[in-house]
Amino acid sequence: MDEKSAKKEKIPRQPMPEQKPEVRKRNFEEVPLGYDEETAIREAQRCLQCKSPACVQGCPVSVDIPGFIKLIREREFTKAIRHIWERNSLPAVCGRVCPQEIQCEGMCILGKKDRPVAIGNLERFVADREREHGTGDLPPKQHPTGKRVAVVGSGPSGLTVAGDLILKGHDVTIFEAFHKPGGVLVYGIPEFRLPKEIVYSEVNFLERLGVRLECNVVVGRTVSLDELFEEGYDAIYIGVGAGLPRFLNIPGENLIGVYSANEYLTRANLMKAYLFPKYDTPIVRGRNVAVFGAGNVAMDAARTAMRLGAERVRIVYRRSRDEMPARAAEIHHAEEEGIEFHLLTAPKRFIGNESGRVTGVECLRMELGKPDESGRRRPVPVEGSEFELDCDLAVIAVGAAANPLLTQSTEGLEINERGYIVADPETGKTTKRGVWAGGDIVTGQATVILAMGAGRKASDSIHKYLTWGW
Amino acid sequence: MFEILKRHEMADGTVVMNEISAPKIAAKARPGQFVILKANETGERIPLTMADTDPKKGTITVIYQVVGKSTALFRGMQVGEKYQDVIGPLGQPTHLEKLGKVACVGGGTGIAVLHPITRALKEIGNYVYAVIGARTKDLLILEDKMKAASHELEVCTDDGTYGHHGFVTDVLRDLLERENIKLVVGIGPVPMMKFLCKLTAEYGVKTLVSLNPIMVDGTGMCGCCRVTVGGKTRFACVDGPEFDGHAVDFDELAKRLDAYKEEERMAYEKFMKERQAG
Ligand SMILES: Cc1cc2nc3c(=O)[nH]c(=O)nc-3n(C[C@H](O)[C@H](O)[C@H](O)COP(=O)(O)OP(=O)(O)OC[C@H]3O[C@@H](n4cnc5c(N)ncnc54)[C@H](O)[C@@H]3O)c2cc1C
Ligand SMILES: Cc1cc2nc3c(=O)[nH]c(=O)nc-3n(C[C@H](O)[C@H](O)[C@H](O)COP(=O)(O)OP(=O)(O)OC[C@H]3O[C@@H](n4cnc5c(N)ncnc54)[C@H](O)[C@@H]3O)c2cc1C
Ligand code: SF4
Ligand code: FES
Repeated sequence: MDEKSAKKEKIPRQPMPEQKPEVRKRNFEEVPLGYDEETAIREAQRCLQCKSPACVQGCPVSVDIPGFIKLIREREFTKAIRHIWERNSLPAVCGRVCPQEIQCEGMCILGKKDRPVAIGNLERFVADREREHGTGDLPPKQHPTGKRVAVVGSGPSGLTVAGDLILKGHDVTIFEAFHKPGGVLVYGIPEFRLPKEIVYSEVNFLERLGVRLECNVVVGRTVSLDELFEEGYDAIYIGVGAGLPRFLNIPGENLIGVYSANEYLTRANLMKAYLFPKYDTPIVRGRNVAVFGAGNVAMDAARTAMRLGAERVRIVYRRSRDEMPARAAEIHHAEEEGIEFHLLTAPKRFIGNESGRVTGVECLRMELGKPDESGRRRPVPVEGSEFELDCDLAVIAVGAAANPLLTQSTEGLEINERGYIVADPETGKTTKRGVWAGGDIVTGQATVILAMGAGRKASDSIHKYLTWGW
Repeated sequence: MFEILKRHEMADGTVVMNEISAPKIAAKARPGQFVILKANETGERIPLTMADTDPKKGTITVIYQVVGKSTALFRGMQVGEKYQDVIGPLGQPTHLEKLGKVACVGGGTGIAVLHPITRALKEIGNYVYAVIGARTKDLLILEDKMKAASHELEVCTDDGTYGHHGFVTDVLRDLLERENIKLVVGIGPVPMMKFLCKLTAEYGVKTLVSLNPIMVDGTGMCGCCRVTVGGKTRFACVDGPEFDGHAVDFDELAKRLDAYKEEERMAYEKFMKERQAG
């Protein structure tokens, strides 16, 4: 079909085939199943190939979107993935977890009258096809420069820096505190949204390029930044993520069965507690679950609890639906799986039994008042509206803060009043010579693609430094 | 890395010592710090205190009590086998100070945790009384090492099969009556630490305890290890594991340690059955 007849026919946005809600809510397999070649080509045909493409402006790393979509249309799948790789080294991940609706797809011109091109689904398609049927060829590497770079943390920003710098001929080692690489991609985001195989294959790709990976190294404890310089590293990139759980600071929070989202998701994902007792790490399998917060993290926790056998899972959120920070697609998936939403509701205290297990939570109804600093209308408690929700598992997913472990043990690294590392937004340079930082440890919890974008800027700057000096 | 170089069973085989190759950790570790070990792919992350380190040889020593599936799995690991993952050193080192007379009191495997702290307190010039105890003679560990690490050592057994007949707290009470003790370090089962702190509070003597809540990451990321100290929530893995014993909510700690009792029992029984079958 050529472009003109395609337009005439008005191809609708191709739906993503998905596992049925009744089935998937009890398994950990991926929910969206992916496009096949013909569907991908059909969707690609919807793109208008705009001269000044708005979608690209919406992409934090400026992937040449019309360019790769055109290659899909021409069945040049291998060329399409190479094209994406020029700007984005983790397309299989980004195609799955990026908030496209507020980035590329949110800007797509087709979205004005019709639905935007499914850019994320197409990105995922070419990345998956390459992983499953690709040649496995490695991109060319520059001559060795003899310079050594240490990357601290193996989340998306650290992986990006490592990938960029190894191609430029530097010698790169990643240090990771956990026993497995990937950061939030492996310990936070669940298998049913991002299969861990995909993350490991991206990491494996870096290893094949020559990146060394040392897990089980807690920088700031096992080794300090200054010791890394003494060992001969010429530059260091810090991409340690936010990684400090926030609690509600209400009574009863230390009862058994009250988890931080970090703990709950780490047990489930990284430690594979959903396969207990085949895997040794246990997890509380609630029947009646309350999750506090309404971001992606809360949706992930709620949907995990459902898959671990819950009868009832409730999202408890103190603002209204319009303010929920999670991606629309995730909210939709959660609703389809039977997650209930209790909006304008705030927890007041947890209630427990004599063995110290949580049995319920006392809540308050809220009303929206005037906007606060964040521009969102501030929730105010309705006097005397207390009521009790039963629950035998509670997950607190109200955000993360900066983990001080590394910054406290490092001299000369400036942090702001909230504990995040101060870094130049254009270069990632910190106040310590030879040290860069980016991702959630600089911005606070953000997104995968923003963490990668910060990594990209820092790797450009590190390369300049290694070539010409600070 | 992480190869078991030495292995030794104590206390009727209920306590095992492993000397493990871990040069980076050995170079860095200070008394009071711990490591997290994971035996294999499907294993759990288990925190254990370093009972000793040898930076020259690049080894660390752990001494653990076999209480459930994971520690039973550890016990099965022989010299030459490797832990898949060892992470550390974690936690705050013991704050060491020259104070004068100090008492180090240990119960059960707590003695293993206490040993490097005792030695360090002596090395910096304190006069160290050590009191160690076990339920019965055969379960007592590290008597010789504790003798060498202290100036005076007293041993107790609950059943009177060896040393003083009774609890470590009885011996400690005498000491507190008799001597001008400036600091007590008490490490052992939660009930022991609880009663020990009650006692030292009567005498107004500063007391350090080392807490062992359930942990996952050990780096302050998950909040699993939270304990209430002085009415505030603290993370034992990064703020501790040692805390002012007079401020610790031991009852909450004891309850939280039982969080997975049912799951643990099930996993242990399954493991033992499979072991017998295979
Ligand atoms: C449950 C959940 C769901 C999310 N869903 C989405 C989504 O759908 N879409 C999206 O775009 N974003 C999502 N996010 C946010 C996104 O994952 C993060 O913004 C992103 O991962 C940040 O990347 P990073 O590289 O800065 O750090 P991280 O991914 O946090 O990685 C940091 C790594 O550094 C390691 N580390 C920490 N301290 C040390 C140390 N001292 N020494 C060595 N290593 C250390 C950590 O173990 C970790 O592996 C989600 C986050 C969570 C928690
Ligand atoms: C900082 C620290 C230092 C420790 N040092 C020592 C030591 O030197 N020697 C020693 O014998 N023990 C030590 N422990 C306790 C040891 O970690 C537990 O006994 C061990 O995890 C039990 O595992 P299991 O699977 O064999 O038993 P399980 O059957 O799983 O559990 C038995 C009990 O052990 C505790 N436990 C279980 N999992 C964990 C976990 N991941 N983290 C902490 N506790 C857990 C719980 O109280 C549980 O009820 C320490 C714990 C901490 C936190
Ligand atoms: S804005 Fe939409 S239609 Fe235009 S190039 Fe981008 S994806 Fe294609
Ligand atoms: S064990 Fe996770 S915060 Fe301490």
